[in-house]
Amino acid sequence: MLGKLTWAAIPFDQPIPLLAGAVVLVAILAVLVWVVVKGHLPYLWHEWITSVDHKRIGVMYVLLASVMLLRGFSDALMMRAQQAVAFHSPGFLPPEHYNQIFSAHGTIMIFFVAMPFVIGLMNLVVPLQLGVRDVAFPTLNSVGFWLTATGALLVNVSLVVGEFARTGWLPYPPLSEMTYSPGVGVDYYLWSLEISGVGTLVAGVNLVTTVLKIRTKGMNYLRMPMFCWTTLASNLLIIAAFPILTATLAMLILDRYLGFHFFTNEAGGNMMMFMNLIWAWGHPEVYILVLPAFGIFSEVVSTFSGKPLFGYRSMVLATMAICILSFMVWLHHFFTMGAGADVNAIFGIASMIIAVPTGVKIYNWLFTMYGGRIRFDTPMLWSIGFMVTFILGGLTGVLLAVPPADFLLHNSLFLIAHFHNVIIGGVLFGAFAGYTYWFPKAFGFKLHEGLGKAAFWFWLVGFYVAFFPLYAVGFLGMTRRMQHYDVPEWRPWLMAASVGAVLILIGIIFQIAQLVVSIRDREELRDHTGDPWDGRSLEWATSSPPPVFNFAVLPDVSGEDAYWAQKVRAKQEASAEEPHYEAIEMPRNSPTGFVCAFFATITGFALIWHIWWMVIAGLIGAFATFVVFAWRDHDEYEIPAEEVARIDQANISERRDMISAAGSV
Amino acid sequence: MNILDPQGPIGAAEKTILIDSVGIMLAIVVPTIIAIFAFAFWFRQSNPRATYMPAWAESGRIELVVWSIPTLTVILLGGVAWIGAHELDPGKPVEGTGQAITIQVVSLDWKWLFIYPDQRVATLNTLTVPVGAPLNFQLTSASVMNVFFIPQFGSMIYTMNGMTTRLSLRADEVGTYQGLSAHFSGDGFPDMMFDVHVVPQNEFSDWATKTAHGDNALNADVYQELVKQSVPKDRSVYRLDDPELFLGIATRRIAPGPGPEQTAKIGASDAR
Repeated sequence: MLGKLTWAAIPFDQPIPLLAGAVVLVAILAVLVWVVVKGHLPYLWHEWITSVDHKRIGVMYVLLASVMLLRGFSDALMMRAQQAVAFHSPGFLPPEHYNQIFSAHGTIMIFFVAMPFVIGLMNLVVPLQLGVRDVAFPTLNSVGFWLTATGALLVNVSLVVGEFARTGWLPYPPLSEMTYSPGVGVDYYLWSLEISGVGTLVAGVNLVTTVLKIRTKGMNYLRMPMFCWTTLASNLLIIAAFPILTATLAMLILDRYLGFHFFTNEAGGNMMMFMNLIWAWGHPEVYILVLPAFGIFSEVVSTFSGKPLFGYRSMVLATMAICILSFMVWLHHFFTMGAGADVNAIFGIASMIIAVPTGVKIYNWLFTMYGGRIRFDTPMLWSIGFMVTFILGGLTGVLLAVPPADFLLHNSLFLIAHFHNVIIGGVLFGAFAGYTYWFPKAFGFKLHEGLGKAAFWFWLVGFYVAFFPLYAVGFLGMTRRMQHYDVPEWRPWLMAASVGAVLILIGIIFQIAQLVVSIRDREELRDHTGDPWDGRSLEWATSSPPPVFNFAVLPDVSGEDAYWAQKVRAKQEASAEEPHYEAIEMPRNSPTGFVCAFFATITGFALIWHIWWMVIAGLIGAFATFVVFAWRDHDEYEIPAEEVARIDQANISERRDMISAAGSV
Repeated sequence: MNILDPQGPIGAAEKTILIDSVGIMLAIVVPTIIAIFAFAFWFRQSNPRATYMPAWAESGRIELVVWSIPTLTVILLGGVAWIGAHELDPGKPVEGTGQAITIQVVSLDWKWLFIYPDQRVATLNTLTVPVGAPLNFQLTSASVMNVFFIPQFGSMIYTMNGMTTRLSLRADEVGTYQGLSAHFSGDGFPDMMFDVHVVPQNEFSDWATKTAHGDNALNADVYQELVKQSVPKDRSVYRLDDPELFLGIATRRIAPGPGPEQTAKIGASDAR
């Protein structure tokens, strides 16, 4: 009846996951009870869960990423604590638990923190920057988000029902095959990522179509803000790369469920094929994450320097060059597999070539600051912290691209330090810069500056203290994923790294405090003008938060930095015409995404535990949802012109004053 | 285990390449970082002496320079990578004094088996090699993937079931070193450390001869025990009965390791 699922699946004998699971469960229940008792449920359902508004979906993506960051970071703390104490000792985490933790940490941080964070920011901002009212496929957008949430949910369910994978964040066969991993851990991994992978793919399709097809009048490709360009590049990569991931994991699923032999030891399976395929997705994935971050830094550096981005066309070229090159370097993840000198050398050099457009980007940000009038608000601090940190990460990355150096450093803690250096210093700093920068746009009030700066400094110093010792211990031959060790030289470095983890924890506490304090003091932090940072692109040309239709009258663009130009013009002409309002059609909210994800969760859980009747029920439900949606009669509603006028007039005078008061010299 | 304190020519050459590459990159990285701080500081809003150029966003000359600097660096480093990848290809034979030694390495769950086919000797989690002689490793895995790595000797290489990888090393200083697995392979992975004893060449011959005539034999029965998942407490040495043992493992004539016992594994209820 319940397949492999029995009471033995609940880890009653392991206090840590059980306690963590219980705390999370109680927290969720408490929130649910509070929501229901306070009568917020209808509001949540109508305004958020079924919303197809790209801004709301963007906010929910970022919220998901933030919650999962806490989970992933708890894993990190446990790992650092374990390695600090596990010298000549088994530590406090047995191998089967420790191995789940590092696997979950990597999986969560990449798929359920970094990905939803950048996709959320792209969703929130790109239609606003393009000067349009919505994305190309609003309901599909909602489906994409909820499928991502399904994946995250399944990963967390594994904490209390069964186990998670113990095979690392990329489950290399044959270790991940049935012979060596007979438990459900790898299955949780596989189905979580299959389901959320579909979500990511539809998000990619949606955003690429939006950038290519839906831009306001006059918004040529070469007038788009840099963030739109990096969004385009990143989502093109999603469309090209995520199917590879889905197919590769599907092959592993066939091996595990139906006795296929794609990657097994026996019957002609080849594990090297898995490594090639997974990295053919995995390397572009790195750029899927970091390109949007580059876009954010481009916006932030230009805004806070009070100047257009230096070398805009160079930046576009560099972005697209990275987009293509990122598919040509995957083999550098396994130089030590014995591929031969020519292959290693060619992939090594190809990897280095990516450093050229990346280096150009750094110099362009540098020269954007040159001749500027730089304001050091929190987003700018994250950007400067990024530039310095990322250069160092780039250095160690190019070093690892030199095959003979990689022969010494592959899989060592030097490698761990390197990719945390670029992912924290690049992607996460970018996400935090974007979060602080666009928060007032999303919610209508700014975040507390002092607490934001405190968070930045603890994160920055914490990062260096946590990861630079790992570079050193990598030179001492320490390899990754050690549950315990007997080498005395490693220990001081690992102790130092755990201090860094604590500093980052303080940074995170400051971020939570910042959010709480900012919500409490929101009236003082209120942004009445819609343009709190003296911005340059169109998202600042509407109120904060923007109305559901974004722009009452669609902007007409005549150059780069469209809103800046508008401000300059308004100052010169000193008169603004009365806008002419028309009725606006907007897509209706739809529960399709949520219902679809509900059935996907059931299907995924049933597949993991081999509960076949439930698999069929879930699939039928998902298909029925699709049919119901496909047969809909009304998918849009009209906002009358008077209503548009009323909403737009609410703070138009404040925005007008802003336009004529601020602007350029 | 410090890779910056190499004990053989491969490790030494790789260390040189590593340090040279870092040096080449620091030559542009350090000035760039200084420029970031300098520009950020000088062009701060509160500095009245800094010129504000609100529309300046293009300069062909600067762009030429910023594309050239990383390009030239990469051309230089690319040369280092090309030559280094060929000179230090793991399978390329190493010169040395005395007779070359062939060592067949098998990674098991979770231990290392070293087979000396010519000496008719095998060892578990301990490796004895003659100083200065070329060491030709042939490597495979009896179950999942691992990476064979002796940090102070240089180059690491994967071990994979059904395949043989090759690695040539040389140790130049007598002493005891440590090796490990550099690829996660399951619960016992952190215990896959092994000792490496580098001994004078005559001492090695004596050791090999003595061990080859010892009582402790590595035969099919012993191997069937080794292939099961376990972490051995002792570092054993064996007389090698079957010189074709490695070939049997690498070609899968001998079945791969069975993986975990099907008991008490969460979710594996079929066996419960």
